[in-house]
Amino acid sequence: MAEAAASAAADGAGCGSGSSLERERERVCAGRRLRVLSGHLQGRAPAAALVLNECRGRAPAAAPAAPPPAAPESSSIPKKRQELMKWNGWGYNDSKFIINKKGQIEFTGKRYPLSGMVLPTFREWLQNVLGLNLDQRTTSKASLNASDVPPSVVKEDFLDDLKETSISYSQEADDRVFRAHGHCLHEIYLLREGIFQRIPDIVLWPKCHDDVVKIVDLACKYNLCIIPFGGGTSVSSGLSCPVDEKRTIVSLDTSQMNRILWVDEHNLTAHVEAGITGQELERQLKESGYCTGHEPDSQEFSTVGGWVSTRASGMKKNIYGNIEDLVVHIKMVTPKGVIEKSCQVPRMSTGPDIHHFILGSEGTLGVVTEATIKIRPVPEYQKYGSVAFPNFERGVACLREIAKQRCAPASIRLMDNMQFQFGLALKPQVSSIFTSFLDGLKKFYITKFKGFDPNQLSVATLLFEGDREKVLQHEKQVYDIAAKFGGLAAGEDNGQRGYLLTYVIAYLRDLGLEHYVLGESFETSAPWDRVIDLCRNVKERIAKECKEKGVQFSPLSTCRVTQTYDAGACIYFYFAFNYRGISDPLTVFEETEAAAREEILANGGSLSHHHGGSQVESILQILKDHINVSYFFIVPMAVYKFYLAVI
Amino acid sequence: MEKTVNLATVSPSTPLPRALKRQKERHGPQKELKKWDEFEDMLEERRHFSDLKYAMKCYTPTVYKGLCPCKPDKIKRCVLKSEEVQYIIKQISKETHESTDIIQEEASVILDEMAHKLRLGAIRFFAFSLSKVFKRIYKKVCVNEEGIQRLQRAIQEHPVVLLPSHRSYIDFLMLSYVLYTYDLPVPVIAAGMDFLGMKLVGELLRMSGAFFMRRTFGGNKLYWTVFSEYVKTMLRNGYAPVEFFLEGTRSRSAKTLTPKLGLLNIVMEPFFKREVFDTYLVPISISYDRPLEETLYAHELLGVPKPKESTTGLLKARKVLNENYGSIHVYFGEPLSLRSIANGKMSRGPYNLVPRHIPQKPSEDMHAFVSHVAYKLELLQIQNMVLNPWNLVATVFLQNLPRMDFDILVKKTVWLKDLTQTFGGFLIWPDNIAADEVIHSSLLLHSNIVNFNKDQVILKEESEEPGTAEGLVFQHITILMCVAYRNQLLNIFVRPSFVAISLQMTPGFRKEDIYSCFDFLRDVFSDEFIFFPGNALKDFEEGCYLLTKNETIQVTPQDILVTDKGDTVVSFLALLFKPFVEGYRIICQYLQKEENEGFTEKQYLTGIRNYNYCLLQSGESECYELLSSDMHKNALAALVRLGAVSKNKVNDEYTYKVNDEAIIKLEEMLGAKIPIGKPVTARL
Ligand SMILES: Cc1cc2nc3c(=O)[nH]c(=O)nc-3n(C[C@H](O)[C@H](O)[C@H](O)COP(=O)(O)OP(=O)(O)OC[C@H]3O[C@@H](n4cnc5c(N)ncnc54)[C@H](O)[C@@H]3O)c2cc1C
Repeated sequence: MAEAAASAAADGAGCGSGSSLERERERVCAGRRLRVLSGHLQGRAPAAALVLNECRGRAPAAAPAAPPPAAPESSSIPKKRQELMKWNGWGYNDSKFIINKKGQIEFTGKRYPLSGMVLPTFREWLQNVLGLNLDQRTTSKASLNASDVPPSVVKEDFLDDLKETSISYSQEADDRVFRAHGHCLHEIYLLREGIFQRIPDIVLWPKCHDDVVKIVDLACKYNLCIIPFGGGTSVSSGLSCPVDEKRTIVSLDTSQMNRILWVDEHNLTAHVEAGITGQELERQLKESGYCTGHEPDSQEFSTVGGWVSTRASGMKKNIYGNIEDLVVHIKMVTPKGVIEKSCQVPRMSTGPDIHHFILGSEGTLGVVTEATIKIRPVPEYQKYGSVAFPNFERGVACLREIAKQRCAPASIRLMDNMQFQFGLALKPQVSSIFTSFLDGLKKFYITKFKGFDPNQLSVATLLFEGDREKVLQHEKQVYDIAAKFGGLAAGEDNGQRGYLLTYVIAYLRDLGLEHYVLGESFETSAPWDRVIDLCRNVKERIAKECKEKGVQFSPLSTCRVTQTYDAGACIYFYFAFNYRGISDPLTVFEETEAAAREEILANGGSLSHHHGGSQVESILQILKDHINVSYFFIVPMAVYKFYLAVI
Repeated sequence: MEKTVNLATVSPSTPLPRALKRQKERHGPQKELKKWDEFEDMLEERRHFSDLKYAMKCYTPTVYKGLCPCKPDKIKRCVLKSEEVQYIIKQISKETHESTDIIQEEASVILDEMAHKLRLGAIRFFAFSLSKVFKRIYKKVCVNEEGIQRLQRAIQEHPVVLLPSHRSYIDFLMLSYVLYTYDLPVPVIAAGMDFLGMKLVGELLRMSGAFFMRRTFGGNKLYWTVFSEYVKTMLRNGYAPVEFFLEGTRSRSAKTLTPKLGLLNIVMEPFFKREVFDTYLVPISISYDRPLEETLYAHELLGVPKPKESTTGLLKARKVLNENYGSIHVYFGEPLSLRSIANGKMSRGPYNLVPRHIPQKPSEDMHAFVSHVAYKLELLQIQNMVLNPWNLVATVFLQNLPRMDFDILVKKTVWLKDLTQTFGGFLIWPDNIAADEVIHSSLLLHSNIVNFNKDQVILKEESEEPGTAEGLVFQHITILMCVAYRNQLLNIFVRPSFVAISLQMTPGFRKEDIYSCFDFLRDVFSDEFIFFPGNALKDFEEGCYLLTKNETIQVTPQDILVTDKGDTVVSFLALLFKPFVEGYRIICQYLQKEENEGFTEKQYLTGIRNYNYCLLQSGESECYELLSSDMHKNALAALVRLGAVSKNKVNDEYTYKVNDEAIIKLEEMLGAKIPIGKPVTARL
């Protein structure tokens, strides 16, 4: 995300610390040497390849000639996450929306193209659309009060055993609270306004696969409950602790398992530890000219293990595929041992694919420790684009046609009118790439000449990737199709801005929460023929529910078609409302969200395309009920995360 | 402005016995206190201002927020191009090896036949001429303006379906007229093909928004698909409110007919498939002091064949213009949100797993739901149907044929007025005028039925105009006309009356036994009267509640007792419905005696008519109701439903066969010769 923005804006504002760059380079060189070495050894002595997998710093003395990668002990995500990231909101501590002295909204920090910029029209827009009044602030906790936090209940003998493994751990309140949640609205709201009833009792930082094996053994021995924690970006309550869990809850933080263990240029795969974040992975691969191309909007923080566990989807899936297309091999530690395939091959036909049980299992079956992921050479050329349609319906028809012709660009997203207006409202004061869409001649052209109604118009943003020639050709093809649906090319800048805003929007929720606005996003996938009806009905349902529940200002409910497939599309909704005058906003929010989901189902959509969900339990239950489960690995794992307790 | 007094809320002033009180409390919160809007006379303004100006007024109706404006032609194109129609065309082509072009052409012809050509010009023409006509023949055309306002809001929010009661051809003209007057979009109306027989009129109706459907599709898939797609397209686009008659046809007997579900199914489908967010269903009750077709209906019911709707026929109706037809009341009910009704009642499954354009047989669930909605709507129509003094007069008079003293008539009518109001009838009775005057003027309005002579009210026995159809006794016509007026009361009276009859038919007072009898009657007569499917107990409780309210009965945990003063009410109510019980009993008798194996409906209809005729002539029976072919048909359907007659299809024709044992038993039960079976429920 920031990455994409940065590279496109060619200003390279990365987020790794400068001093680590040097070391990184060293590490990469070392890695390359190793790769060569293990290449020689592969096949004949597989054990040699494993050397790489040894924990850093604890590698046996009899290591091969080449030293293990000199990865810094403190990786991009520190153990004390709260030093880098907000304890009660989204993203980096240094980046947030504030109200400056002039009463204007400004985005702080240096990480994003929008950072340090003033958004002069945004305040008024929020006022008009949500009735948000910046002078009225909620009074939520400024910092965590350790005495409010449920105590850590951990057996001494377990701690003794743990200490022997020299795996680092923490029982401190702030560390535990940080890992008690993902980024669902209700979780963040609770952080700000109250406290969780149940949080992990202890946080553990394994450094490698073997550490995880040890932890799982201990968990079996002491009957503990483990919740794997990757980037903590879960939006499906996958990290929240069940209130009535009596066992000690261990949060297994994978952030220190963040190495690329090897890169296989021949087969175009990389073997990585599960705790590496998307951003880190791409940055390191880029140095050797590769990428995975997997870019979920949360990629700054989310991890390979998290992706696997939630069936994540990246923005550029049209070229690179979703996580299920990307993983070639998964290694997972379960209470009964380690599960992995015996080879790293593109496809197998030896019974059900075990990956299909692991993908999307939300940490209920075991801890993913390593994975082999497909990589691609970094594309030579990238180009943004945008198309304006007279209305959303025409836009959807166009996307459908593009999907039919299988010529979707790396990314194509169609925003409804509200989201388009939203984008306009976020226009910063000074910026060349942020010139307004409807400025000057173009506005005249589109509204007067072409007869577009600015309150109907819908915009698709595009991202093309590949070699230059093909991109240009591809671009023409897409614009030609768009023209058949009344679409007008609306410039690169508008396209690029669309993508940038996606990331910034995640920071907006905190601003809302400070001013009596609750907001959340949710998504679904639906067959093509239902997309329009579904979008309209869900938005209308949200408005209706809010009205019935006494919400005084009509809510913001807006959507975009964010992915296209042969048989359907993925739709992404934003929903926010002003809760002034409402005594129990969270309930109103939850009921409305539930109603929206019900509406989605009634319209033939799915509960989730990529956010993952709490359906895992019922799916496992179905397996249990319908299949002779005694053959299944999922049966006997009584210690795993809460769901397994029932199986 | 007319004041409508609501008396459903009037409570007895004397203190209630304890048992009664309990009953009251139990029912109190269940029974909503019905309040009606006030009426406004629409013609008032027409009588003072230019009709021409009115017809040429600037007409900019409020429209649906999601409307994509289009011309009738475009709708046709949309329908032909729709996936639904294209799918069927391909399917038929596969089955018949006919080219798709030919079938497409066929579809296009079907569409031309059915489609409306709504034109503002035609609407203005009607606005002008109907104003003239209405002012001439009607005293008032009353509309509840609050209902109009509700409708106006509804029209903007979601597609709207207008569901008027159907007592006269005037219904749809009137409705469009009202909507035009209030600057609401005129509806598109599903009409029967018979109108197309009248060339000019047919085309005029077409231009004012009528579209035509064949009465039977005979399994013609193409026709069905084109038709339903046509209706759905207009609904989805919010082109105009869609109007049709749940009863399917004009009710000749003035009783509400059981709903036909076909069209309702169609208009509900876009919501089921979530092609629209919601759909409003608006029950509308149109009540006539005196329908234009008054005598025509009586003839039809007597079995004189229905004259084909023809232009000349209508022109002859010019004499109509010299008559006084009293007033009309149009009541727009609360728009029902289909989404709210469906909430929790429908499983979403069926439409998610099959592409939406592929036709699917509605699941049982769905069918039950549609029927549920249909009955709900009809009950709402009934609730808002206006009753007038003449309905009461006719009721009293029918129990005192062929003549009665005016004073007694007044006395009994006033008594019935109170009862009607207690039962929640929407009675419009000018309270500022003395009762005898009110009744007198209603006798005048209906002087074609009764004569008023020397303080006596006498049923007309001879026609004033020559040419009464042969073989008819004129008196039968006047009686059937009275019956129709009385029938308007029955919908309100049926529940307490069935309790009353049950009290008479059941030996002893046990609540359970009385309920069994009630349940039996409700079951037998469910083609005659509108009962919500299932839930007999609720109907029973409502009946008991109404009777306790005016102290006719007293309900204890085990028994139902008639109070001293209650006797009169009970016998009146029982007498009110006796013709039905007696009629059905005679039909059972006839079938037992007369019909042999495998008779057709037609044979049965003539047979029973003659049979009854003889009974009447010989004085063995006084059941004039049984003159009505409506009852013959309903009874046959009921007997089939109850298994007393079996229905078989032989060579495309239905034949019937009597189940002797069952029919004898039924006859005995109706004659109260044997008690009605075991109690149905122990939960009472
Ligand atoms: C602003 C924002 C944008 C987002 N955008 C996208 C997007 O574009 N596409 C998308 O797919 N999702 C998106 N998400 C959702 C979320 O980022 C994904 O679900 C992501 O895959 C979670 O990864 P994580 O590393 O943060 O896992 P966590 O949130 O830490 O954990 C998620 C689940 O996986 C389990 N888990 C984590 N690591 C492991 C492991 N190593 N082994 C076993 N189980 C494990 C956890 O127990 C938990 O149940 C977004 C979320 C946010 C807040």
